[in-house]
Amino acid sequence: MSLLEISELSKRFGGVVAVDRCSLAVPAGSITGLIGPNGSGKTTVFNLVTGFLPRDSGQIRFKSHSIAGLGPDRVYGLGIGRTFQLARIFPRLTALENMLVPVRRAGFRALLSRGQWGHEKEHAMEMLDFMDISQVAGTLGGALSYGQRKLLELAAVMMARPELVLLDEPAGGVNPVLLERIAEHIRQLNRQGVTFLLVEHNMSFVMNLCHDVVVLQQGKVIATGKPREIRENPAVLDAYLGT
Amino acid sequence: MSRTVALKALGLVALAVLALLLPIIAPDPATTNVAVFTMMYVGLATAWNIMGGYTGYISLGHAAFFGFGAYSLGLLLNHLPIAPGYGPFFLVPVAGLLAALLAVGIGWVALRTRAATFVIVTIAFMFMLQLLAENLVKLTGGGAGLSLPYPRDWGGDFFNTPYYYAMLALAVLALVVSWWIRRSKFGLGLLAIRDDEDKALAVGVPTRSFKLTAFVISAALVGMIGAVYGYYVTFIYPQFVIDPLIGISMVLMVFLGGLGTLSGPVLGALLLEPAQLQFAYHFGASRLYLVLYSAVFLVVILLMPRGIIPSVADLWHRWRRRRAAGPTASARGARKAVKAASP
Amino acid sequence: MMALVLEAVVLGVLIGGVYALMASGLTLIFGVMRIINVGHGALVILGAYLSFALFRSLHIDPFLTLVVTVPAMFALGVLIQFIFIRPLRTDREALSVLVTYALALGIEGVLGYVFTTNYVELRAWYETASFPIFGFYVTWVYVFGFVLCLAVLGALFLMLYRTAFGGAVRATMLNRTAAQLIGVDVDRVSALAFGVGMATAAAGGVVFGLTNAFNPGSHYDLISRLLTIIVLGGLGSLRGAVIAALIMLITTEVAAVLISPVWASFVFFAILVAVLIVRPQGLYGVRVRERI
Repeated sequence: MSLLEISELSKRFGGVVAVDRCSLAVPAGSITGLIGPNGSGKTTVFNLVTGFLPRDSGQIRFKSHSIAGLGPDRVYGLGIGRTFQLARIFPRLTALENMLVPVRRAGFRALLSRGQWGHEKEHAMEMLDFMDISQVAGTLGGALSYGQRKLLELAAVMMARPELVLLDEPAGGVNPVLLERIAEHIRQLNRQGVTFLLVEHNMSFVMNLCHDVVVLQQGKVIATGKPREIRENPAVLDAYLGT
Repeated sequence: MSRTVALKALGLVALAVLALLLPIIAPDPATTNVAVFTMMYVGLATAWNIMGGYTGYISLGHAAFFGFGAYSLGLLLNHLPIAPGYGPFFLVPVAGLLAALLAVGIGWVALRTRAATFVIVTIAFMFMLQLLAENLVKLTGGGAGLSLPYPRDWGGDFFNTPYYYAMLALAVLALVVSWWIRRSKFGLGLLAIRDDEDKALAVGVPTRSFKLTAFVISAALVGMIGAVYGYYVTFIYPQFVIDPLIGISMVLMVFLGGLGTLSGPVLGALLLEPAQLQFAYHFGASRLYLVLYSAVFLVVILLMPRGIIPSVADLWHRWRRRRAAGPTASARGARKAVKAASP
Repeated sequence: MMALVLEAVVLGVLIGGVYALMASGLTLIFGVMRIINVGHGALVILGAYLSFALFRSLHIDPFLTLVVTVPAMFALGVLIQFIFIRPLRTDREALSVLVTYALALGIEGVLGYVFTTNYVELRAWYETASFPIFGFYVTWVYVFGFVLCLAVLGALFLMLYRTAFGGAVRATMLNRTAAQLIGVDVDRVSALAFGVGMATAAAGGVVFGLTNAFNPGSHYDLISRLLTIIVLGGLGSLRGAVIAALIMLITTEVAAVLISPVWASFVFFAILVAVLIVRPQGLYGVRVRERI
């Protein structure tokens, strides 16, 4: 069953066609990679799915329901989380406070009740522990190192237990040790049932981690399949190395 | 650590006692008048901070709610058979409710825009309200003003006292609401909006309703304070009650004390309002008043852009860290560094 | 009635030109530095008073005073930006509002001290000369003022689209960081842009002073209108500022005739509200998701 289904999705900015009748499906429980040369529209697809950009045409279905046109907060509430290319956290809040911001259900009582508050703090510390950054719980986001921010960003997104997480370049700007940690966290979360769709340039990262790979070029899907198949696909090689 | 907490608590209690007993300690009308206005601004600054400080959306039109509250109470008192005295104070929450309704309307439009535009839209709405107050003469008395009934049996020395306590009550209410919001998930959401609004959206914060709620709460409080002000001065004019200077004063006080903090607005009000009143008294309508005011304003903002409380807190933390490290530790560190640097 | 409306439209166009000029400086400053110069109204009034002082002592045509006031205000603008705006590193948008407001108050105070709070006006010896058109009379002063505004606006557009400096300004407006990366000295561009904004304020000040009685306190009403115009036009858009100014002024002049002068001011702000409900970014503004 496809958790996320995109069909004939298109988006243009003035004269530039960023996403061109793109269709792809993310199977539930998988780790799917979305790759392609720079400017192929990968982050635009993310922005369209998560409601940051309005689409021009096409369908976006999550668990068989259309989510096109919903704002980012509604999309998160339905169970789709995302990280950003340059890790974004709230710099003037502590790491723990960062964890407590995400809102799954904006119900009046959920926001005001103290009982749930304590419960959330426990869960937040657990997540921080899971990511091995519990020691910086009281540090301001702005004072964290880049690697810590990346981990915090992912941990915070996971707070509302999303079913699908879109990762925008999770390997970007991190050293190999941290890279392996991040990959391991993704695998663990995946084993717990979280589906991932990740945009990445680091090929070995993608090949080692992903079950399926989708390749974009100039906004169009040019290949889908298992990592091995993609690696040997002439169209893909052409896209990356060609004119 | 617990020593600072104990000191803080003690300081708070002392302040509270002083605030409660002020009219008894210094009953002369001149002092109590200053007290009324100062407490008024403590409330205004705290209320404004709920929107401007927590969400980062700067409203320069809050005077609209202040004036609207004053006019609301004024009209209610003029049309309802309520004897002047303590009775009207119970209508103040009604004025607050009306101001809240106005804020829903204004906020719905103003919050459609991003933060920079929001500032200007609030100014526009304030001027619109001022124009309405001036031109709906049958309703508001127009430029000639609106008079409110006042309790004639409250003697000269006593007159200010009930108003002072009313302002004190509202200031405390504003502080409690502000404190409570700060500790809640709602408050965290507001701070998140201030730090990075798009990221807040991405983690599910319903930014529009959060911002609108903060705006409405802030407006309701300001409206109530405006109502008490109207009742105190007994005669309100459009340009003096929907006055941009009132709006900018509360903003300046918050910035002076520390945007987004709880005690910052209080400190800012306690420092600025008595000074403002003194200035006005000595220099009056002289142009020099404006120049001096502007100079103080500029110096404060350029030297302490984050406000007094955060800057002082910073210094305090740095001093404590140095003490904890100890003189020998830093000397050892210095020697180590010198050793490492030499070949 | 028709003639009155027509006259209102013509007047709206003429006065709209002045506001377009003043608003363009304001929106330029926002576009380049992302700050709202709440003191712009006061700066226009300052320009008007400078011209007034020159006019009073030298008895020259007010338009000629521009030779002195424009460079003087330009230099002042660069200075102000350097001393008061540039030091603001954090929270720039919010703090700049307070700083520029403080400057406005300071200017109001100084002007009040030097010139008193009595209303004054710039007068040209030909101020009562007018010519008939469509059955009513248009004073030449208004027309000259309008021509001046067109000239200055034209020069502004030329500078922006035909010179290297203009290119740097537009680059900074579009994306400050990217501009820095391609070698634009954004600090210098900001200072000079502020100066240009001030220069337009000087020109606007002359025309404003010729067509309105003013005193140091006039800046409140003026800045509220200017801010409304640039929001309607879209913050940072020069084209938007010009068109918005024309729309606003024509509509209010017509409203003054059709409804009443008293409600004309209200209509001014009401137009903004109406547009924002439908188009929050203004006419030519961009729906910005700041960083994606």
